[in-house]
Amino acid sequence: MLNRRIFIGTAAAATVALSAPRVLAQTKPRVVVIGGGAGGATVARYLAKDAAGALEVTLIEPNATYYTCFFSNLYLGGFREFDSLAHGYDAIAAGGVTVVQDMAAGVDPAARTVTLAGGGVLPYDRLVISPGIDFVDGSVPGWSLEAAEIMPHAYKAGPQTQLLKAQIEAMPQGGLFCMVAPPNPYRCPPGPYERVSMVAHMLTQMNPTAKILVLDPKDKYSKQALFEEGWQKHYSGMVEWIGPDMGGNVVEVRPESMEVLIDGEAQKVDVCNVIPGQMAGAIAAAAGVTDATGWAPVDPATMQAKADPNIWVLGDASAQGDMPKSAFSANSQAKVAAMAIRAELTGSKQFPAKYSNTCWSLIAPEDGVKVGASYEPTPEKIASVESFISQTGEDAALRKATYEESLGWYEGITADMFG
Amino acid sequence: MGGAGRLLALLALLAAAVFSPAAANPIGDAERGATLFQRQCSACHRIGPDAVNRVGPQLNGLYGRRAGAVEGFSYSKSMARMGSDGLTWTLETLDAYVENPKALVSGTRMAYKGLKDAGQRADLLAFLRDYSDRPRDIPEAEPTARKTLPDLAPEILAIEGDAEYGAYLSSECSTCHQRDGSDQGIPSITQWPAEDFVIAMHAYKEKLRPHPVMQMMAGRLSNEEIAALAAYFATLEE
Repeated sequence: MLNRRIFIGTAAAATVALSAPRVLAQTKPRVVVIGGGAGGATVARYLAKDAAGALEVTLIEPNATYYTCFFSNLYLGGFREFDSLAHGYDAIAAGGVTVVQDMAAGVDPAARTVTLAGGGVLPYDRLVISPGIDFVDGSVPGWSLEAAEIMPHAYKAGPQTQLLKAQIEAMPQGGLFCMVAPPNPYRCPPGPYERVSMVAHMLTQMNPTAKILVLDPKDKYSKQALFEEGWQKHYSGMVEWIGPDMGGNVVEVRPESMEVLIDGEAQKVDVCNVIPGQMAGAIAAAAGVTDATGWAPVDPATMQAKADPNIWVLGDASAQGDMPKSAFSANSQAKVAAMAIRAELTGSKQFPAKYSNTCWSLIAPEDGVKVGASYEPTPEKIASVESFISQTGEDAALRKATYEESLGWYEGITADMFG
Repeated sequence: MGGAGRLLALLALLAAAVFSPAAANPIGDAERGATLFQRQCSACHRIGPDAVNRVGPQLNGLYGRRAGAVEGFSYSKSMARMGSDGLTWTLETLDAYVENPKALVSGTRMAYKGLKDAGQRADLLAFLRDYSDRPRDIPEAEPTARKTLPDLAPEILAIEGDAEYGAYLSSECSTCHQRDGSDQGIPSITQWPAEDFVIAMHAYKEKLRPHPVMQMMAGRLSNEEIAALAAYFATLEE
């Protein structure tokens, strides 16, 4: 108990140093949220808004400016400015959340504290972990995080995204762009293939004899029929996809010589986008809530970690069942989590969990498609109960409307996340 | 709809929230399904890693597959025709086929008299579902559970509630529809008159209005939930 009190005192001091002092802050239940993305920003904002001062909500996020990974492909394709992906935390802070710009370095589940890279210690009554993804070491032989400066992953938006775009723009005429696609499960199932579409669009404008090679360990992928139709229609002859039956699952890279080995056979490439295998952001494992798969199993009805009832895990990092790892999913899960956490800490009503997801993808200018589903908790997992997908052969007006709808969604979800 | 109607509806949905379980129904018990498969199907069908066609086609990836589409298997004309007519294997179509194969595909070569017990069919379908694509990885994959709709008992309508549930439900809308009334690409629903809101949502629910996202969203809302959302958005300040 003595230790606990010391931790509380330390954290209160740290919090005060970083934000406006709060009267009697230590008497309110404390919720700490790690990660300011689609899951974390949403849960922090909804907790503060709906608890109306009954909770002390702290959001830990290392970046002052958040760049959304969703829509970063549209930046690669020249459809958006990089700055249009940027969002700050001012409105979240104004909504009553203490925003701590630091990195969560460790979690002590027994003491219920989060240690910050900057040295502070934050005590919590409930902890929400929403760290997104990290990459699995050795997933693509020859590739490492250091090699990402040469062969970018660009699968966390930011400098990596800008690097990849610069590399594509600097490709020699008739050059070869290679993507090493990730194994399941990974963030944003249609994401790699939307990216191929966007790169193809850009190359068609500025480097029409260039080629795109996709090396894929999966024998099929999300929206495959729609992408294949679109590539044939808009970028005929530019994209070659190599699945596991042709060696797409036996890939090694050599960043120093810009080579890719496909089932042992060397291929020289000009740009290589390596999207490795993925796992929950490292802090989830540090908190002890992940299992052997690298993801964190959660209660389907609440998003509470199965390993620790004081910890919630949202978004990409969670293993919940059928929902794809997407910003829409994380945002949807965050609302259920906020409702459940508030019920536990303040006695507010607990309502049935309802989840949903829609993923829009852009194939070419004004050629948008989407896939979506609704989900409900079963005893075992979050299960899909109804779904829809755009159809091949849709007319141009519908595809344009779908694209415009996706722009509206971006404005909507970012307003929902960041205020 | 008047204020009293809205209030009643709100009370109703709050009661539902408190008393109805918040879980979709799993398709069935996959373990019992595995036993059934072993006894009734495995003489002709293989499933799992390295499964090959035998007397019947292999059954990996069955959900979402067009009928008569396994490469290298010789189907009856009848099954091939059903496939080209658009028959796809889903929870509903598989259930009908397993119950009575010839009722769905008249000339099928599958010499199986059918499984009359709905519970056993559900178990078998749950087992088969485990060998198909996962929505987590391919979001358009077939459902893995049957949806439940809120079930309201009239006697719990009188329970006292509060306005929280309407606000909670609305959080699903605000992922796309901005509360401040912005309407770029996606229409605003803030301050939409309640009557119009209710009519529109029921039109989506009945699939009279065409938008697939809205058909799906409205499709799982009870009448009372729609009324509550209508009341909430009608009074929301921009």
